[in-house]
Amino acid sequence: MHEWALAEAIIQSLLNIANEKKARRVKEVGIKIGELQQIDIEAFTIALKELSKGTFLEGIEVKIKEERASFRCRVCGFEWKLEDIRNEIGDSEKEYIHFIPEVVHAFLKCPRCGSHDFEIKKGRGLWISYIKIER
Amino acid sequence: MDPRINAIDLRLKSIKEIIAVMSGKGGVGKSLLSSVIALSLARMEYKVGLLDLDFHGPSCNVILGVKGLSFIEDKGIVPPRVYGIKIMSISFYINEEVDYLPLRGSDITNALIELLAITRWGSLDYLIVDMPPGTGDELLDLIRFVKKFKTLIVTIPSRLAIATVGRLIKLLKESRRPILGIIENMRSIETDLVKNFAKEYNINYLGWIPFDPQVEDALGDVDKLVKTLFARKVKEIVIKNLIDSNKIES
Repeated sequence: MHEWALAEAIIQSLLNIANEKKARRVKEVGIKIGELQQIDIEAFTIALKELSKGTFLEGIEVKIKEERASFRCRVCGFEWKLEDIRNEIGDSEKEYIHFIPEVVHAFLKCPRCGSHDFEIKKGRGLWISYIKIER
Repeated sequence: MDPRINAIDLRLKSIKEIIAVMSGKGGVGKSLLSSVIALSLARMEYKVGLLDLDFHGPSCNVILGVKGLSFIEDKGIVPPRVYGIKIMSISFYINEEVDYLPLRGSDITNALIELLAITRWGSLDYLIVDMPPGTGDELLDLIRFVKKFKTLIVTIPSRLAIATVGRLIKLLKESRRPILGIIENMRSIETDLVKNFAKEYNINYLGWIPFDPQVEDALGDVDKLVKTLFARKVKEIVIKNLIDSNKIES
């Protein structure tokens, strides 16, 4: 379960932030998840709960928001969304993108000019958007 | 903030020694050296990992003749083990029929962070990292995200190649990354060029490997590869120094 590794990264980050801010407890965390990585939110949430057990993060409220993925061609400027071309990506390719989202450059091309040189504008990876602590 | 960066230390904490193999220019034998070092260490029963960070031209898989490898997903990614080496490469995430992966700066950084953050190496004696040539994103990111690694420099005896190695050494010294030494590869005439260069830059000259025409035929065939003059020389001059690294770290 790759979601476990990502949850570990979140927990480690929260522990570091909490230590830095001398927090007594972390009440809530906001996490944004990019659509491109297709993270299984249920598995990810279970992993977060498991990993927070026995730490001062136990019982933390987790608010997850998904961000839609979009791309912009660096050659012709065309912009498109993942949802527009989702069906064109095969299952094994989706799995590779799940692990290393940047390999999307090997599998996708600009729908207008055919270039692989495009920018992932939004919806890549995951990050902590806010954290609420108690001192 | 990007939480993945905080997972990198966690993934690397049970690795005793990380050695990045680098050069100023391409085509001097970094991947071959990385693969053969990993192979030699594995055959000496050390626990070894091989990480191919050359995203634009991964070739350790070609050198070791591994195809269709797949990783195990277990609380992250567990690298497949071949010939006693745990190996990880971006090539495992690209279909074989796709022949290129066009990545720019920020994509390289993201892919590198992701690989380091999700790969579960477990406990290793050595992690050999095959780097792309030069002082680009991968090296800057390795310096940024991996706190402790040593470097092994490889060059051919050409003024063109060593000019770029000089810049690489300056960057490594400024970044306070220990340099184990320099290896001269593909030597075909007697020359002190690299030896003198090492003296000038105050780094260890570890030895030379002759140009070995047998290597090309041995690529992809590990049993043949370990019998080449190249592999024998690597074992002789590198492994001896790596295993007793205190000797060359002073």
